[in-house]
Amino acid sequence: MPALGKKHQHSTIANEGHQRRIIQWRLLVAFLGVVILLSILVARFYLLQIKQHQNFVTLSDRNRIQMQPVAPTRGLIYDRNGILLADNRPSYRLSVIPERVKNLDALFVELNKIIDVSASDIDRFKKLKNRSRAPYQPTPLKLDLSPEEIAKISVNEYRLPGVEVEAELVRYYPYGELLAHTIGYVGRINERELKAFDEETKKDYSATFSIGKIGLEKHYERSLLGAVGSRFLETNAHGRALRELEREAPEPGQDLHLHLDLHLQKAAFKALTGWRGAVVAIDVKTGGVLAMASSPSFDPNLFVTGISYTDYNALNSSKDLPLYNRTLQAQYPPGSTLKPILGLGGLETGLISPQTRINDPGYYQLAEGERLYRDWKKWGHGKSVDLHQAITESCDTFFYELAVRLGIDNMHPIGAHFGLGKHTGIDVPNERSGLWPSRQWKKRHRRQPWYPGDSLNVSIGQGDVLTTPLQLAVMTATFASQGQRFEPHLVKQLGDQKIEKKGVDIVSASAANWAYVNKAMESVVHSRRGTGKGINKGLSYRVAGKTGTAQVVGIAQDTDYDRDKISQRNWDHALFIAFAPADAPEIALAVVIENGEHGSSAAAPVARSVFDSWFEIEAARKAKMNPSQKVSANRSLKNNVMASEVDL
Amino acid sequence: MKMHGGRDFVRHMPGSTQTFKKGESFWRIVHIDPWLLLGLLVLTGVGLSILYSASGTSQFMIKRQVIFFSIAYIGMFSIAQCPVNFLERSGKWLYLFGIVLLVLVLLIGVGAKGAQRWLSLGFIRFQPAEILKLAMPLCVAAYLGSRALPPKLKHIGGCLALVALPALLIFKQPDLGTAILVTASGLIALFLAGLSWRYIVGSLLLVVVASWPMWTFVMHDYQKQRVLTLLNPEADRLGSGWNIIQSKTAIGSGGLEGKGWMQGTQSQLDFLPESHTDFIIAVLAEEFGLKGVLLLLSLYGVIIARGLIIAWRAQNHFGRLLAGSVTLTFFVYVFVNVGMVSGILPVVGVPLPLVSLGGTSLVTLMAGFGLLMAVATEPKKTQT
Repeated sequence: MPALGKKHQHSTIANEGHQRRIIQWRLLVAFLGVVILLSILVARFYLLQIKQHQNFVTLSDRNRIQMQPVAPTRGLIYDRNGILLADNRPSYRLSVIPERVKNLDALFVELNKIIDVSASDIDRFKKLKNRSRAPYQPTPLKLDLSPEEIAKISVNEYRLPGVEVEAELVRYYPYGELLAHTIGYVGRINERELKAFDEETKKDYSATFSIGKIGLEKHYERSLLGAVGSRFLETNAHGRALRELEREAPEPGQDLHLHLDLHLQKAAFKALTGWRGAVVAIDVKTGGVLAMASSPSFDPNLFVTGISYTDYNALNSSKDLPLYNRTLQAQYPPGSTLKPILGLGGLETGLISPQTRINDPGYYQLAEGERLYRDWKKWGHGKSVDLHQAITESCDTFFYELAVRLGIDNMHPIGAHFGLGKHTGIDVPNERSGLWPSRQWKKRHRRQPWYPGDSLNVSIGQGDVLTTPLQLAVMTATFASQGQRFEPHLVKQLGDQKIEKKGVDIVSASAANWAYVNKAMESVVHSRRGTGKGINKGLSYRVAGKTGTAQVVGIAQDTDYDRDKISQRNWDHALFIAFAPADAPEIALAVVIENGEHGSSAAAPVARSVFDSWFEIEAARKAKMNPSQKVSANRSLKNNVMASEVDL
Repeated sequence: MKMHGGRDFVRHMPGSTQTFKKGESFWRIVHIDPWLLLGLLVLTGVGLSILYSASGTSQFMIKRQVIFFSIAYIGMFSIAQCPVNFLERSGKWLYLFGIVLLVLVLLIGVGAKGAQRWLSLGFIRFQPAEILKLAMPLCVAAYLGSRALPPKLKHIGGCLALVALPALLIFKQPDLGTAILVTASGLIALFLAGLSWRYIVGSLLLVVVASWPMWTFVMHDYQKQRVLTLLNPEADRLGSGWNIIQSKTAIGSGGLEGKGWMQGTQSQLDFLPESHTDFIIAVLAEEFGLKGVLLLLSLYGVIIARGLIIAWRAQNHFGRLLAGSVTLTFFVYVFVNVGMVSGILPVVGVPLPLVSLGGTSLVTLMAGFGLLMAVATEPKKTQT
């Protein structure tokens, strides 16, 4: 056979054969090429599928497996009897997976044909969308859908890719305005809050959209929140989750058990109906807050899924300031409610004694010809007024005299021991400190020396003195416990952990002096001449109290307080502090009624209602505990019998 | 002498030839090459089962593919019936017809994604470029087959002109994949005809040198992007690199055994783009692993080997060149597709033959095999 490419004979047949062999030779070359190239392909697949197999398995898993954070269930809040005060209820929200929507604006237009999606919803959605979040994580658009809206969306879901109805748990406050200030509320996390988050916190909230804004919800936010969980989802390239591969369950938030008693709170809030004011009731033995009511109030449920602009405006612009927590944000002059502790301080210093008596002509003068400091009773309380009478009848002149004897430098520590002028440290945020003036304070803040007249004003709880109702309640509880001052607190148990506050201060005074002032306070309510005698009808227990009246506007030197001449908003505030039973105090409280004019007529009845309710509750509890003990004893006995029968 | 003897042989033993090859004669009469048919049928079956998985068990797609296969098989059998010399004569007319349509495409064609590839006849749209896939090997084989081999320089020139005209028209649409296939079919015929190695090496050098002006002036941005993506697919993970990364991931994660039929997460969860068209072999690789890939490549190998045997045994130059060109072009199809999906060639839009979902390309491919069968079953020539 001739080799390829050699020149050849010219015979056509030979030529034909030669040419055939050219093609056949080339076919062989081509076949070889095919074999080589196929080998390259096989080598390539061997490299990818065997050598680099593990890498690609990882890549493939990373493709399809998405980690999604799972929101923890927020801790619940119970009252002292286990009644649920803050619940979680299921709510349905409309969410959009931005990655799956080509044109968001077109989607909004489309959605608006089906249900109402407001501009503010869209605004919030866009903000949420731009926050850092896991890819393909649904972003809420409209919250709290009605059943009708859910149905409408379900019907149209097929033509709304990327739109989902998601269930979530949202806060629900079954008692609404009753506890709005105390428990507070949760609301959507806003930009400012988000900015304050560090990386770790951001992770904790990666599936949670709400945060405590005020009240206990804010103070105990981290405990209530719980720990975020995660789930691993198999998703397709369009982000639709197909199945759950693995789940790390979130850890629910811790429950709060409060000292607060719902029934007592109801009684307090009801007693405040129609007034602007506040009631704080404290358990004398523990410092636990039993009731804490501020009136008027608002429905905290409005805030949970975002309050509407009109609702918020109405609340915010109301002259009655319903959003204002009067129990610890409002500062009032305490008026005569300070008299018991100042009296006690006077006795302790020895500058006055039970035998000290003064003449009360209806006014007091520091020196002849100087300004008259008036007693509330124009003609005075008599020629021989002792401390007992001065407290019972709230004689101002006696306390003017006491103020002169004590001087501010002796008066200031007395109030300070009872917690005036300082935050009480309660577990509700935004507490104000009030003002308990001193010589140093005046020098620093007013750049003025302390005048004797200032002491006179302080002695009747006027002048610069400001207290919150909570501070007055703490003062009263401290007095009732004969000197044990606690940090007031609402939470008795956080999760499984009992919370017990130690006393922060002990006011020491002789037993005789405590007893003396205690008696005087009792006579405020129970004696014929007591300023609080109006509430003693039908009392089955003894109450020790003190009325107070705080001026809202200054009255000129020689004019009388004439209610008809001043507007109602400038009428005096009415105050009342009290504890009961007087001989073995359980509960201490403070009541402030704005523009209620007289502690005796406006504030004391509120206290009476709360006390009545307290003793009813106590009686009911005692009555219930005894028979129920019997029943459970019977039952366990029966069980034992049955068990032994089975054994036989 | 030999010529004479040959004649005698034919004349003297007509009957014995027929009786001797009785078994084979049935296939010759119906113009079917049984081995090629068997290979094609198995490949078709395998292809349909992969497509079923890749399409997400779409009944619609499977039905459509089966219908096209039916048409394609009928087309193959019909073409197989044509006498080889009729095919030889008709090549240039089909070529001219194709060129006219290609010009029409550029003038009044319709298309999508910046490419103008189809002619619309109202009720149906088709790609005239497909015609050239048949017309090119027919025409070039006829042109070279009727001339002395190896081709002289002027015939090489004529041949290159025959290739260049439609290739440029198709490239202009633009349809790089088809342009490559059409060019390949013409050049393969030229190569088989004995094109001097000097020209081959020389022109390869020329291509390297000429690639710079091509890059700068001729190629579309999307084509350049494809090449750049091939060189560094990681650079643009979500954009142009996405396809290739996802297909490599699908292939690599399949391993030796694969994830199981319809269990491929990459393909079933839609991470793999074009999974039922150009990238379908990635589905096979993911679900059946390297074993599946080897099986498929072996099937292609069998078909190609059979095609080359047909070319080897063909009775004239035209038949040899035609059969060789069609077979090797089929291999180019396979190689370019598998190469691009596995990331060693640029993504140029060539489907995996007989497996990818496709209409007209399926028909032209099978028509090509019809040509092969016509060559294979050409009656033994009684020379004039």
